Amino acid sequence: MTRIINRQPSRYGRLALGFLPFVILLLVYIVASDARLAENSADKLLPSFQSFADAVVRMGFEPSKRTGEYLLLNDTLSSLQRLMMGVGLSAFIGLVIGVGNGMVPYMRSPLSPLVTAISLIPPMAILPILFIIFGLGELSKVVLIVIGICPIIIRDIQLRTDDLPPEQLIKAQTLGGSSWQIIVRVVLPQIMPRLIEAVRLTLGSAWLFLIAAEAIAATDGLGYRIFLVRRYMAMDVILPYVLWITTLAFAMDWSLKRVSILLFPWYHGTQGGGHD
Amino acid sequence: MMHSIRSIMRTLTLTVSMIALLITTSPAAFAAEKTDFKLAWTIYVGWMPWDYAAASGIVDKWADKYGINIDIVQVNDYVESINQYTAGQFDATVMTNMDALTIPAASGVDSTALIVGDFSNGNDGVVLKGDKTLKDIAGQQVNLVELSVSHYLLARGLESVGMSEKDVKVVNTSDADLVAAFSSDTVTAVTTWNPLLSEITAQPNTSEVFDSSMIPGEIIDLLVVNTETLEANPKLGKALTGAWYEIMATMSGTDAAATEAKTFMAEASGTDLAGYDAQLASTKMFYTAAEAVAFTHSADLMATMQKVSEFSFDHGLLGEGAPDATFIGIETPSGVYGNTSNVKLRFNPAYMEMAAEGAL
Repeated sequence: MTRIINRQPSRYGRLALGFLPFVILLLVYIVASDARLAENSADKLLPSFQSFADAVVRMGFEPSKRTGEYLLLNDTLSSLQRLMMGVGLSAFIGLVIGVGNGMVPYMRSPLSPLVTAISLIPPMAILPILFIIFGLGELSKVVLIVIGICPIIIRDIQLRTDDLPPEQLIKAQTLGGSSWQIIVRVVLPQIMPRLIEAVRLTLGSAWLFLIAAEAIAATDGLGYRIFLVRRYMAMDVILPYVLWITTLAFAMDWSLKRVSILLFPWYHGTQGGGHD
Repeated sequence: MMHSIRSIMRTLTLTVSMIALLITTSPAAFAAEKTDFKLAWTIYVGWMPWDYAAASGIVDKWADKYGINIDIVQVNDYVESINQYTAGQFDATVMTNMDALTIPAASGVDSTALIVGDFSNGNDGVVLKGDKTLKDIAGQQVNLVELSVSHYLLARGLESVGMSEKDVKVVNTSDADLVAAFSSDTVTAVTTWNPLLSEITAQPNTSEVFDSSMIPGEIIDLLVVNTETLEANPKLGKALTGAWYEIMATMSGTDAAATEAKTFMAEASGTDLAGYDAQLASTKMFYTAAEAVAFTHSADLMATMQKVSEFSFDHGLLGEGAPDATFIGIETPSGVYGNTSNVKLRFNPAYMEMAAEGAL
C-alpha cells in the first residue's frame, strides 16, 4: 500500500482535481438558484445564468439609456486609472524610501519608525481626515490606495535591501564606487524584481482600498457600480462585476510575473523556476 | 481504481445536493403557520419606538397575548436589513415607501405595509453652502446616497423650480461619510436625512433650500411584513400593531412615562431628549391608529406611489424586465396603481383599523 503522501495524481488527474471545486460551486449555485427561482420567478438573490448574460450585454455592450456611455467600459477605465496611479505612485515612493532606508543610516533613523507607525494605522479609520484634506475627488481615492499599500512596500523593500550580502557592498567600495554608484549599479538592479514581487503581493489590498474609496463617494468605477446596484439587490450585475474584478486582478498579477521573468531571469532562476 | 473514483463521485453528488438543500431551505419557503418571528429595525427617528418596544417588554407582552414569539433585531446597515428581509431572513422590517417598492416588491417578494408610522415632514433636505436658494443648485455637484429617498427628494425639488437631474451632477456618497465630506471644499451641495441633516445645517454658512415638508406625505416610513407570512399568521400582525400603538400612546403623552420613553429612544439613537424632540418635530408621527388609517385611505397615497413608481422606473429600479412604471402593482385602499395581476406592495389598513377600534 502506497502511503497517501506519496501518491501523485496524473497530469490530467491534477487538472481535473483543480477544476473540481469550481464545478462543485457552480453546481451548488445552479441547484440553489433554480430552487429559489421556482418559488419566486422575480428572485434577485441568486439569478439565473440567463439574467447574468442579459446583465453583461446591458452593462458591457449597449450604451446606457441615461448617459449614452458603455457602463462596464467606463467603470473599468476609471477604476484602472485610479488603481494604476495609486499602485504606481506607491511603488515609486516605496522604492525610493525603501532603498534609501536600507542603505543610508541617516535616512533610516528618522524615517523608519515613522513608516512603521504609519503602516500600522488602519487607513479606513482615518477616512474623514483624508476627505477634509484631499476632498472627495480622484485625489482622495488615489491617496487612500497609497496610504494603504505604500508603507508595506517601503518596509518590504527596506528589509530586502538590508538582506543584500554585505560582501557585495564592500567589494563595490574597494573598487572605488561612490554611495550613489553603489545604490544605482549594485542595489537597484537586485531590488527591482523584489519590488515587482511586493507590488504583486499588495495588489489585493490595493483593490480593496479602491473599492472602498469608490463605495464612499464616486460617480463611476467598478466599486461604485457594485455599491449602487446593491441598493436594489441587482445580483445579476454584482456577480459578473465581481468576476470581472477577479479577472482583471489575475491578469495584472500574471503580467507582472511575466514582466519580472522577462526582465530578471536570473532572479527567477535562483528561485528554482517555480517561484510564484 | 475506477471503483474508488465512482464512490468518490457518489459522495460528491450527495454532498452537493445536501448543501443545495441547506441553502434553498430558507425560512421564506415555509409560509405555513409558525410561532417564531423576527423583526429588523435600523436607527431612524420614526423607528426608534421598536427599540423601546423590545427593551420595555411591550412587544413580549403583546406576543404572549397572541401566543407567539417576536425577536426584535437591530441591524446597523439600513439597505442590508431590507436585503435580508427580501432574502427571507426577517419576517418584518422597517423601510420607506420607496425602498419597499424598489427592493422587496421589485424582487417579487409580496410585501404588506402593516403600519404606516409617519411621514418625513422636514427630516430630509437639500443643503447648499453659502446664502443660496434652490435655483443656485444648477450646475453643482450634489453629494447624496444615490437611488435613495434623498435622490427622490432632490428630483422633486428640481422639478419644483423647473429643472431636472440633468442640470446637476449627482455624486453617490455613503451616508456614513456625508457629514465629513461636507467639511471638504469640493463638496458644495448635499441631500440627506436626519440626524445627518441637522449636523450639516448646524455648520456655519449653509442654507437648507428644499426639504420634505414641501412634499408632505411623500416619504413615508413603514413597517413592512411579508404578505404570505402575514396571511398565514394574522397573530403576528395583531401583536405588532397592538405593541406599536401602545408605545405611540405613551410617547404622545406629556407625563413622566412619555419623557422616559423618549429619553430612552434619544439615547439609543445617539442624541439627547432635546435633539430627539427636534427630529420628532420634523416628522409627522401618526400617534393614533385613526390618523394612520385616514392617511392610508386618502387618494393622495396612490398619487404619491405613482410618482415614486415613475421615479423608480426612470432610474431602472424596477428591474430590467419592467417595460414601464406600472409594471409592479401597488394596492391601496383607494385603488390599485399599476398592474393588477402583479401586485407586490400592499397598503393594508386592516390591522391599524382594529387598533383604532380597540379590537386588539
